[in-house]
Amino acid sequence: MVGLAKLWPLIQVRANTQILNTKFLIMTTIETNSPAVVLNVSNLAKRVTSPEGPLVLLSDINLTIHAGETVAVVGASGSGKSTLLGILAGLDVPSEGEVEVDGTNLFNLDEDGRAVLRAEKVGFVFQSFQLLSNFTALENVMLPLELAGRTDAQARATQVLSQVGLAHRLLHYPKQLSGGEQQRVAVARAFAPSPKVLFADEPTGNLDHRTGLKIIDLLFELNADSGTTLILVTHDNSLAARCQRQLELIEGRLQVGKLA
Amino acid sequence: MMSSTIGLAWRMLRRDWRAGEMRVLAIALVIAVAAVTSVNVFTDRIEQGLEQQANALLGADLVIDSASPISDAYAGEGLSQGLDIVHSRAFPSMVMTEDDSQLVALKAVSDGYPLRGVLRITEQLFAPDHETTDVPTPGTVWADPRLLIELNLNVGDRLMVGALTLPIAAVLTSEPSRASGNLFALAPRLLIHLDDLEATQLIQPASRLKYQLYLAGDEATVTKFRPELENKLQPGERLLGIEDGRPEVRKAMERAQRFLSLAALVSVVLAGVAVAMAAQRFVSRHLDHCAVMRCIGATQPMISKLYTSQLLVLGLVASAVGVLLGYASQAVLVSVLGDLIGASLPAPSFKPALWGELTGLITLLGFALPPLIRLKNVPALRVLRRDLDGASMSAWLVYAVGIIALAVVVFLQIGDVKLSALALGGTALTFVVLALFAYGLVSVIRAMGHKKMGIAWRFGLAGIARRPAVSVVQVVGFGLGIMALLLLGLVRADLLGQWQERVPVDAPNRFLINIQPQQVDAMKAFLVQRGVTGVDLHPMIRARLIAHNGEVVEAQAYDNDRAQRLANREFNISWAANLQKDNELAQGEWWQGDDALNSLLSVEVGIAQSLGWHLGDTVSYRVAGQEFTGRIYNLRRVNWDSFQANFFVIGTPALLEKYPATYITSFYLPDAQSLVLNELVREFPNITVIDVATMMNQVRMIIERVTLAVEYVFGFTLLAGLMVMYAAVHASLDERIRETAVLRTLGARRKQLLQGLITEFVSLGLLAGTVAATAATLIAYILSTHVFELPFELNMSIWVIGVICGALGIGVAGTLSIRHILGRPPLQSLRG
Repeated sequence: MVGLAKLWPLIQVRANTQILNTKFLIMTTIETNSPAVVLNVSNLAKRVTSPEGPLVLLSDINLTIHAGETVAVVGASGSGKSTLLGILAGLDVPSEGEVEVDGTNLFNLDEDGRAVLRAEKVGFVFQSFQLLSNFTALENVMLPLELAGRTDAQARATQVLSQVGLAHRLLHYPKQLSGGEQQRVAVARAFAPSPKVLFADEPTGNLDHRTGLKIIDLLFELNADSGTTLILVTHDNSLAARCQRQLELIEGRLQVGKLA
Repeated sequence: MMSSTIGLAWRMLRRDWRAGEMRVLAIALVIAVAAVTSVNVFTDRIEQGLEQQANALLGADLVIDSASPISDAYAGEGLSQGLDIVHSRAFPSMVMTEDDSQLVALKAVSDGYPLRGVLRITEQLFAPDHETTDVPTPGTVWADPRLLIELNLNVGDRLMVGALTLPIAAVLTSEPSRASGNLFALAPRLLIHLDDLEATQLIQPASRLKYQLYLAGDEATVTKFRPELENKLQPGERLLGIEDGRPEVRKAMERAQRFLSLAALVSVVLAGVAVAMAAQRFVSRHLDHCAVMRCIGATQPMISKLYTSQLLVLGLVASAVGVLLGYASQAVLVSVLGDLIGASLPAPSFKPALWGELTGLITLLGFALPPLIRLKNVPALRVLRRDLDGASMSAWLVYAVGIIALAVVVFLQIGDVKLSALALGGTALTFVVLALFAYGLVSVIRAMGHKKMGIAWRFGLAGIARRPAVSVVQVVGFGLGIMALLLLGLVRADLLGQWQERVPVDAPNRFLINIQPQQVDAMKAFLVQRGVTGVDLHPMIRARLIAHNGEVVEAQAYDNDRAQRLANREFNISWAANLQKDNELAQGEWWQGDDALNSLLSVEVGIAQSLGWHLGDTVSYRVAGQEFTGRIYNLRRVNWDSFQANFFVIGTPALLEKYPATYITSFYLPDAQSLVLNELVREFPNITVIDVATMMNQVRMIIERVTLAVEYVFGFTLLAGLMVMYAAVHASLDERIRETAVLRTLGARRKQLLQGLITEFVSLGLLAGTVAATAATLIAYILSTHVFELPFELNMSIWVIGVICGALGIGVAGTLSIRHILGRPPLQSLRG
């Protein structure tokens, strides 16, 4: 008994050490397997001059998004959602701050450099679909692939259009498609180049509720299949709730939702 | 990556073409290139024909040409160098049958003519002809088919040529140095052997004769001999080489080419306007496309390459179509003008095709590239903020670049800086004046908008008033083509007709030349006996200008064509004691009393101006180897429309009557007495009778043909004007679709909207026709009163034709181009 009592502190230390070691192992494993940062925003601000004086659209935005995440940016109309989206995608330049997409500082590149980056890593879905009216569904989806110089543009576009359920509408023009079908073409176009990040600006804004749900299902489905990070701008709280994170913009400042 | 960009550009072009985006642009270009190419192909064929037949056109390698007998020394030297030699004499003369007489261009040639090229003859009128190396044997003639037709003769019949009566041995169908065409051949050819000439007794002292010595041989000898010959030429002699073959044709074709080119270039101007308008619309419809492309990864250089490549491909293809159309349509020009110069024309070369492509590309890139290239500036952010543009370009800048491109095209086509500048300036001024006029009319329409009228009228006129700038462009674009055609029609019909009608009924209609001094009294008596009274016979001397105020005259020193011609050729001068009835003094006085004994000259005002002569100047001439100098005593105006025999330069009898002269006169002979001429020619076989009416008809025919050719080319201008209208309509298409959708939603019926459209376009057409008719009338007035000095008569049919053409043209074309929007469901349009 005395021997066991004398040994107990040793056993405790050893056990604690093992526990510590195990914890360390777990933490190391967690750190090794944690998704890469695909979007990193620091101290972002956007100011413009208006007739009434300087106007702050965004202020003090800091944000990190990992690969594969689904993030919703919500906020009232005029809160700066689209402005934020534009800057994150490299379509606009901030007044202050930095944005890194997949490790590349966007604003160290010139306009054409950002265009090249978008071709390689970024996809878009817009509220107004933004399909080219003179192009068929297939040609619209082929366009980003052709711009990137891919020789398999037609095959890849056909595959993706089939994935979104439009295999029978390849040669139809946008005016021959319903709103939901047009948005599906837009989704196919966005996913076809296998981007790292997909930005969607009010993707269901021009659609009825039922069609909108189908589009959202499609987005999340493709997100799950391809591992593309999804960043949605929406005023639809139910849609936002489906995302892993919700970021709320209030008067140009970011409030984090469930997780920081 | 480059090849994939071009591949993508090609695919985008196909897609845009399917959507109808590029059609107006392409068609406008096709029209412009077709217009320019058809003119260039026509003139290319003429030039090639002249080049290919260069030697044949001259009939030799070298020709010495003179109005005086040519020294035998030339022939002797030529022969000693191993060259072949042929002599000829040529002059206008009368020939006769039992019942009739005819003016001919008589040519007497020695054996061996021509030394280059061939004669073609046939043994029966209208039978197939064949080449021959012979000339008419002494004692026979070969006659132009036209002569045989005029005199109702055939091979074997006999002709009186001066004192000889000669059988017609063959029909001469083709001769080098003379086309069988009508343009430069006033009289049909009669060919005889040189040995027969003296026996005809047609050659008299001071007769107007052309002496020619033809030389030909191997190239090296000719090249060596030519400068030696040139150094030995006497005043009045000229040496012609193969480049001088058919100078009258070359000069005429140069003028025709310039004139037709100017007409074609108006099409290019209008096509440029249509291209600019279509390009602006293309840009506005591609702003979103470019923003999306920038968003999904297109860089600015890529966008530039995509659109530039599309333009280049479109330009090449559209220009190629225009070139093909031009090659096909030049056949019309050949059919209108070709037989004036005679001979079949060779197939065209590829040069016009290259020029056509270049014209098309320069026009397209000049007017379309500046706005299109700015698409690269469309920001990607436009996908989120549609108020962002980045690509707009001031319309003035677009047109400024286009005008520079146009200036390049004009200069390349015309090849003369001064004329190009005049053409551009004149076109710009015409546009501005027409545009101001059109704007005035459109403003009237706007003011009418407040008046009570039916709904269709209100819709229609409101359509014009709402888009005043576009309306003005449409009116001017189409109106310009109508104006050109109306003006040409006016010139062809009214002005020419007035010119002929202005000649008094009893104005002289016959000229007699080559009357010998010893025949003067007999001629007067002859005419008086046949009821032709009051006839004045005027002496005429052939004299060469040699000095002015003591300085030798050099033709090249004069800067205008007319002065150079006058300095180069011989003058027909006369002497007179009294001022002719149809002349009036402009400066100075007529010589009286003792003045008439001095060496004085009277000069026509126009020629004095051309040559820079003034009262008191001295002028020296050479006549038959002798020289004289006279002082300019007065300047006079001549009424050339009197058709009396008149002279640029008249001297005092004391100065000139000692020189050998022939006499000339003109008189009126009623048609009923035309047989008098046969008697006259029989009695005076050396005299030449010129029928003025025939000459005027010949001139009229040539002017009519040339005007017709120019009208044909202006037809392209009309088509280009239509394209301006289409481009303008399409520029406003989106706006019209929305307007129509809203109106339909508010209850407008399709029929009402269609009536509104028809009203709008018919009204535009009426405006265009009014502008065109007004402008054509004004220009015709200026031409009549200030250029041709004819009384002006207002022709109301111009207005009727102009207004109807405009109303129909734009009314039909405009309505058809846009009618389809009425069938579109309104919701579809409103949803965008």
